[in-house]
Amino acid sequence: MSILREKLENTSERVFTAEFPSIDGGGMDSVIKNAARLAPWFDAVNATDNPAAHAHTSNTTTAIAMKMHDLEPIMQIVCRDKNRIAIQADMIGASLHGITNLSLLTGDDVTAGDEPEARRVFDVDSAQAINMARIMATGTYLSGRKINPAPDFYIGAVENAAAPPFDYRIQRALKKHRAGAQFLQLQICYHPDRLEAFCKGVAEVAPDLKLIPTIVLMKGAKGLAFMNDKVPGIDVPADVLARASGASDPAQEVYNLTLELAQHALSLPGVRGLHVTDFRHDETLDLFMNDLGRTPKRQG
Amino acid sequence: MLKKLLPLVEHALKKPVWDCRMCGQCVLHSTGMTCPMTCPKTLRNGPCGGVRENGNCEVKPEMQCIWVKAYDRTVSLPLPKVWKEHYNELRPPVDMQLQGTSSWINLVTKRDQQVPAGWSVGEH
Ligand code: SF4
Repeated sequence: MSILREKLENTSERVFTAEFPSIDGGGMDSVIKNAARLAPWFDAVNATDNPAAHAHTSNTTTAIAMKMHDLEPIMQIVCRDKNRIAIQADMIGASLHGITNLSLLTGDDVTAGDEPEARRVFDVDSAQAINMARIMATGTYLSGRKINPAPDFYIGAVENAAAPPFDYRIQRALKKHRAGAQFLQLQICYHPDRLEAFCKGVAEVAPDLKLIPTIVLMKGAKGLAFMNDKVPGIDVPADVLARASGASDPAQEVYNLTLELAQHALSLPGVRGLHVTDFRHDETLDLFMNDLGRTPKRQG
Repeated sequence: MLKKLLPLVEHALKKPVWDCRMCGQCVLHSTGMTCPMTCPKTLRNGPCGGVRENGNCEVKPEMQCIWVKAYDRTVSLPLPKVWKEHYNELRPPVDMQLQGTSSWINLVTKRDQQVPAGWSVGEH
């Protein structure tokens, strides 16, 4: 059983996940360097699938490399680049290497990337992909063809708690849960009230669905403004932007704000941990985890 | 003959109103009479995470997200209750073999309800 599953399903401990940096050149050394940085703090880390529609080392190969270097992967699969056959192949291929944590998501559109002329696939959507993973874990492919023994997937998904249609987001999360999702990594949310309403609503109906909100470590006020302007689905309220840019030390203020968001998120019903996206790549991560009361795992 | 003619008639009627893409397995009733195939990502099970704060589409910022529209209409239109209840059902993947055929024929023959053998294994 994966560490992630064991902790989420059999303990009440908090769980911390992160995003593995995209790998291009640099070979295994870059994997080793990043794994060493993340391993002390995180239970499992996402092996991304061409994030923001940019090609990088593939989800499966990254996940295998992480596992080789003692970092438990959560293998993401997005629906943008692969049809249902390839997605099932990704999942069963992951299980061949003992990778069982999955996170299934729609994915950014091709127009978000550097090859907007590419064909979009979206043969299945995220809810359908989640259901396919669930089916496979019962011992058949989508077609009904048997898989014996069945792979032991721990199925995750992603939801945006704070994008329109606001009233529907809870229902959508519950639909993903019904399809088979056992944990949800939530997109970054700068509206604590919306996050709170979402988590309460989900926890009321599905207390066993584990929620892991995202927190983003960024350099300063410019990063916040960028998210607000350039990342569809992410809204940063005007007072938050003003608080960050108007401070005498904007970088410190953004840090304070991030810590407040994190502490608030951890206090919400259904929330079992945090997903940390680190855009700083410096010692801020250690500081942040310390401030949340975490102690690094000893390596070796 | 009917098999050839009906898709033409269906498209002629549904294209102007719903921008019908002739997927051959119509779900308009459960989506507030809004066609999910007009979503740039052709999502059948609700909005992606990229919907903008104003309710517009991640991919086409000038267009309202079709799932926002579908939700608003499901809530506000005087549609039958069971149609409204179907809004959040888990819709199976599109059967690409039905592309271009008449959903009316597929409805009558129940061809549009055929799903891959594994789809309903276990519970939803
Ligand atoms: S924003 Fe809405 S219409 Fe646009 S791709 Fe996402 S779900 Fe489809």
